[in-house]
Amino acid sequence: MLVAQGLACLRGDRLLFKNVGFELNAGGLLYVLGENGSGKSSLLRMLCGLLTPEEGAVFWNGKKIKEDAEQYLSNLTYLGHLNGLKDDLTALENLQTNARLAGVEASEQAAMAALTAIGIARCAYLPARVLSQGQKRRVALAGLWLANTSLWILDEPFAALDVASVEVLATRLGEHIAEGGMAILTTHQDVTVNAKHTQTLRLSK
Amino acid sequence: MNGAWLTVLTRDLLQAYRRRSDIATTLFFFVIVSSLFPLGVGSDSAILSTIAPGVLWVAALLAGMISLSRLFAADFADGALEQMLLSPQPLSLLVSAKILAHWLVCGLPVVLLAPMIGLQYALPSEAIGILVVSLLLGTPALSLIGAIGAALTLGARGSGLLVALLVLPLYIPVLIFGSLAVSASQHGMSPQAHLSLLAAISLLAVVLAPLATAAALRISVE
Repeated sequence: MLVAQGLACLRGDRLLFKNVGFELNAGGLLYVLGENGSGKSSLLRMLCGLLTPEEGAVFWNGKKIKEDAEQYLSNLTYLGHLNGLKDDLTALENLQTNARLAGVEASEQAAMAALTAIGIARCAYLPARVLSQGQKRRVALAGLWLANTSLWILDEPFAALDVASVEVLATRLGEHIAEGGMAILTTHQDVTVNAKHTQTLRLSK
Repeated sequence: MNGAWLTVLTRDLLQAYRRRSDIATTLFFFVIVSSLFPLGVGSDSAILSTIAPGVLWVAALLAGMISLSRLFAADFADGALEQMLLSPQPLSLLVSAKILAHWLVCGLPVVLLAPMIGLQYALPSEAIGILVVSLLLGTPALSLIGAIGAALTLGARGSGLLVALLVLPLYIPVLIFGSLAVSASQHGMSPQAHLSLLAAISLLAVVLAPLATAAALRISVE
C-alpha cells in the first residue's frame, strides 16, 4: 500500500503543488492529471524517492520510503521521460541489462518474448541509436513484461506510441492491476485501462 | 559476485569496446603530451631523465581527467542513472563498478603504455619498472577521486573545466608520491615508502570514494 501525505514541491522559488495526498491499495490505478508544468513528473519522482519532498512524506506499507529503501525499491518499477537506453547497446542487451539492474534475471528468451509482446522483436539486434523515438520507448516499456514488482510508476507511458502499442500496453497494465499490482500514470491521451479502483489526482496551480 | 555489480561493469566495458575511438583519444592525449616535452626540452638525457617522473605523472593525471566528465554524463542524459538510483542494490556498489570500468578503460592502458614513453626520456630500466608500479598503484586513486568530482559537477554548465578545478588539487598527493617514488629509484634510494603511501591513498579511496560519489549523484539527480 502506497500512501502519500501532504506532499509539497518547490522547484527553485516556485511552489508547484502543496498538500497532495492519496492512498493506493493493491489493485488500484491512479491517474495524475494536470497541464504542462503543473508538477506531474516532479510528483512521480517524489514518489520514487528521487526527489525529496519540501513537506510531507511517502509511506510504503506503513514505513517511510527512505527508511526501508531496499524493500521499497525492490517493489518499484519507474519509467520516466528518459528511457534509460544505451545508444551503443542493442535493444535486447539494453532490456536485459535494465532488468538485471532491477534484480530480475532475464534470459535472452524471456527478453525476446517481452520484445515480441510489444511488437519490436525485429529490432532486437539493432543498436538503440538507430531506433526511432517510439521504438525506443517500446524497448523501455518491454521491461514491464519482465518486471516482478508490484508498484509501477510510469510517466507518460503512452507518449510516442502508435495506436496498436497503446492498446497492448493498456492491456498489460490491466493484467498487472488485476493480479493485485498498483500503477500510477500520467497521460494526456484518452486511454482506458481496466482496473477495479481507479482514482484521479488533479494537480492545479 | 553480485549480479547488478557485474551487469554495470559489463555494460560499461561493452560500451567502451563499441566506442573504441573514445579510448584512443585518451591514450593519444597521454602519448602526445608526454612526447612534446622531449621535443621542447631537447635531447639532453640528463635533463630528460630528471623531469621524466613529474612529466609522465602529470600527463597521466591529465589523460585520466579528460575522460572524467564522460563518466556519468551519458547516464545522466539518457536516464540510466535514474534507473541505477532506483535499483534495489546499494548505489555505491554500482558506482564502484562504473569506476572500475573507467580505470580499466582509461587508467590501465596508460600504465601499460608508460614503459614505452619512459624510453623517450632515457629512463633506466629499473626506474621504468618503478614508474609502472607507481602508476599501477596510483591511477586507481585518480579514477576514484575523479568520480567524486564528476558526480558533483554533473549537470552543471561547463562541467568539463569545473571538474578539473575541483579534482586536480585533490590529485596532488598522488602526484607527489608517484613522482617521488620514481626519482627515489633513480637516485638509488628505496621507493618503498612512497609506493606504500600511494597504495594507502588508493585503498582509502576505494573505501570512501564510492560512498561520496553515490551521495553526490543523489544530490545531482534532484
